[in-house]
Amino acid sequence: MKRKDKKQLCRIVVSALLLALISAIEKIWSFPFSLKAFGFDLLPLLAYLIPYIPVGYAVLFKAARNIAHGQVFDENFLMSIATVGAFATGEYAEAVFVMLFYQVGELFEHIAVGKSRNAIKSLLSIRADTAYIEKEDGELYEVECEEISVGDIITVKAGGRIPLDGVIVEGKSALNTVALTGESLPREVNVGDEALSGCVNEGGMLKIRVTKPFSESTVSRILALVENSAENKSKSEDFITRFARIYTPAVVIGAALLAILPPVFIGVGDASVWREWVMRAMTFLVISCPCALVISVPLSYFGGIGSASRRGILIKGSNYLDALSRCDTVVFDKTGTLTEGVFKVTEVSATAGETEKSILSIASAAEKYSTHPIAGAIRKYCEENGIEESGSLRDIEEISGFGVKAGCDGGILLVGNTRMMRDNGINTPEILGGAAVFIAFNEKYLGHILLADLPKANARESVEKMKKIGIKNAIMLSGDRKSEAEYVASTLSLDSYRAELLPGDKVSSLEDVIKGSSGLVAYVGDGINDAPVLARADVGIAMGALGSDAAIEAADIVLMDDNLDKISDAILLSRRTRRIVMQNIVFALGVKAAALILGALGLVGLGVAIFADVGVAVIAILNSMRNLKQ
Amino acid sequence: MKKVFELEDLDCANCAAKMEAAINKIDGVIEAKVSFMTQKLTIEADEKDFDKILKAAQKAIKKVEPDCRIIL
Repeated sequence: MKRKDKKQLCRIVVSALLLALISAIEKIWSFPFSLKAFGFDLLPLLAYLIPYIPVGYAVLFKAARNIAHGQVFDENFLMSIATVGAFATGEYAEAVFVMLFYQVGELFEHIAVGKSRNAIKSLLSIRADTAYIEKEDGELYEVECEEISVGDIITVKAGGRIPLDGVIVEGKSALNTVALTGESLPREVNVGDEALSGCVNEGGMLKIRVTKPFSESTVSRILALVENSAENKSKSEDFITRFARIYTPAVVIGAALLAILPPVFIGVGDASVWREWVMRAMTFLVISCPCALVISVPLSYFGGIGSASRRGILIKGSNYLDALSRCDTVVFDKTGTLTEGVFKVTEVSATAGETEKSILSIASAAEKYSTHPIAGAIRKYCEENGIEESGSLRDIEEISGFGVKAGCDGGILLVGNTRMMRDNGINTPEILGGAAVFIAFNEKYLGHILLADLPKANARESVEKMKKIGIKNAIMLSGDRKSEAEYVASTLSLDSYRAELLPGDKVSSLEDVIKGSSGLVAYVGDGINDAPVLARADVGIAMGALGSDAAIEAADIVLMDDNLDKISDAILLSRRTRRIVMQNIVFALGVKAAALILGALGLVGLGVAIFADVGVAVIAILNSMRNLKQ
Repeated sequence: MKKVFELEDLDCANCAAKMEAAINKIDGVIEAKVSFMTQKLTIEADEKDFDKILKAAQKAIKKVEPDCRIIL
C-alpha cells in the first residue's frame, strides 16, 4: 500500500468511527439539546458534518477545482452533488455513509489498479537498462544501454541479463531464453554464437560484441510491440470508449428529469414529494461513472497480451486477440512450420549385390559436387554414421534439377532423381514419402536413398490438441509435390491439404478456405516468404521469429520459437480473455442498469448505488487480474 | 518525431481517455495516446514545435487531473 492510500485508509477509519458514534448518540438520546436557527434544528446537520469532513472535503475541493477547469461531469462533482443533495433533503447519516462507502471503493480501486500495474511491470521487466564495459584500466564500469554503440564490447556477468544483441567474443555459457520464448531449457553458447538481449546468462562470464543499438535490440522490440499493442483496439474497447462518452451525460440528464418531472405532476407544493424524487435522482448520479468498464476492459486485454508475451507469444493488439478467439480454422504452411524444414535421410535401399553402406558411400562421393540441400543432407548423414566416400570420380557434371553425373572406374555413375534416370533409360521403382535419390552405374540401377522433411516431433499432438479445443479444420498449404504433402498431411491427420502451390497460389488458396469457413481463419507460417499470406489471413501467425525482423513485421501474432503447441495456448488464452471481457461488460452494465431501474422506482437507496459504481469497478478489476496471474 | 513520457499520479481511467482527446486537439499533434495501465503518454508531433506542444499537453492534463504530471 502506498503512503497516499494509507492516509486515505486513516481518514476512512476516523470517519467511520465518528459516524458510528454520532448515530449511536442519536439513537439512544436523540440528541440531548437542540440548536434552533431559521426555524430548523441545526444540531443533527452539524453533528453529521463531523464524520463527513474527513472523507468528503477532498472530493468537494476537487469538484470545485475541476468545475473551474471546465470539467463538469467528473466523479468528484457527481459525488458532491449526490451527498450535498442528501444533506439538503435531511438524510444526514445516509449522506455520510455514501461518501464513506465511495471512498472505501475508491481505495480498493486504487489498490487493485496499483497491483495490476505492478503485475504488468514485472511481466515486462525483461530488459536490463545498464551494461558493463571494461575500460583500459581493466575495471568494469556500468553504462546506460542507450550510450553503447554497435561494435562495443560489453561484459555480462554470470546470472546477469544480456542488455543488447550481440555476438559472443569470449567465454562460453548457457543462455536462458525463457523471457523471450517461454522455453526454459538453457541454450549452450560459445564464441561466435549470437547472444540475444533479454536472455539470462546462466554460466560463466561472457564478453559480447554489440551488433544492434539498444532501441533495435530484440528485447526493446518485444517490449515496444507489447506496449504498442494498446493502440490496436478491439471492438469491445472502442465500444466502451464510445459508450462512456454518452453514458455519463445521459444518466445525468436522466437524474435531472427524475428530480423534476415526477414532482411537477404529483405535487409541486409538497416538500416530501420533492425530497423523495431528489433522493432517487441522487442514486442516478452515483451510478453515472463508467469507470468499471473503462478500466477493466483494457486491463483484461492487456493482461492477456502481457501474459502471452511471457510465454513467447507476442500479440500485436487486442483486436487480434479477439479475432483469434473466433477462429475455427487453422491453415499451416508445411515446410518449417509443420515440418523441421530440413531434409533427413529416412531410408536407404540397395539392390542385390550392394549394401546400404556402399550405396551411401558412392552417393556421398558424387554429392560432394552438388550444392543442393538434398546433397548436403546425404553427406551429413554419412558423416554422422561414419560412412566414408568411395571411388575416385572424374569428368564430374552437376545437372541442375536432376543430379550428378560422373565417370568412375571405367563406367558412368549417375546420382539423381527419377527424371535423370528415365532420361538415361533406367527404370526406377515408384517411391513415396519424400524425395528419392537414385544411384545407377553403367545404366544399372543399384539402389536409392529416401529423404524427407519430417514433421516436428510434437506436430501430431499439437494438431490433436487444437482439434480438442474446438478447431474444426486444420489445413496445410505446400509448394511441395503431392506425394510429400500427402504423407505429412496423413501422418498428422490434417483435414485437408493443397500441394504444388506456387508462392502466388497460396494467397488464393487461403482465400478459398476463408470463403468456405464459417469462423475466422488463422494462417501459421514462418513469416519469411509468406508475408502476403500472413497479411491476407484473419489472423497471421509467424513462428520461430526469434531474431527474425521480417517475421515480426509481417504477422499479427508472433511466436518467438517454433513450438506448435503455442498455437493452442494462444487460442485458449484469447478465449479466456474474451470471456473475462464479456463477463465484465455484462456484469457492470447489468448491475448498473438494475440499480438505475430500482433506484428510479425508489426500491434501492444510495448504498446500493455506490456498490453499482465503485463495488462493480473493484470486482471487474479483480476479475481482469485473473488474466495477469497465469 | 514520436516520444514517450511517463505520467505521474494518473489515477482515473476515464480521465486518461479525456486527456488523450484533449492532447489530440492541440495544434501540431499528429497523434497522441495515453495509456492508463502503463501510465505512459505517447506524442507524435513535428520536432520544431515539440517543446511548445509538450507544454500545452501538460496544461491539458492539469485541466483534467490537476495532480497528474508529465515526468521529463
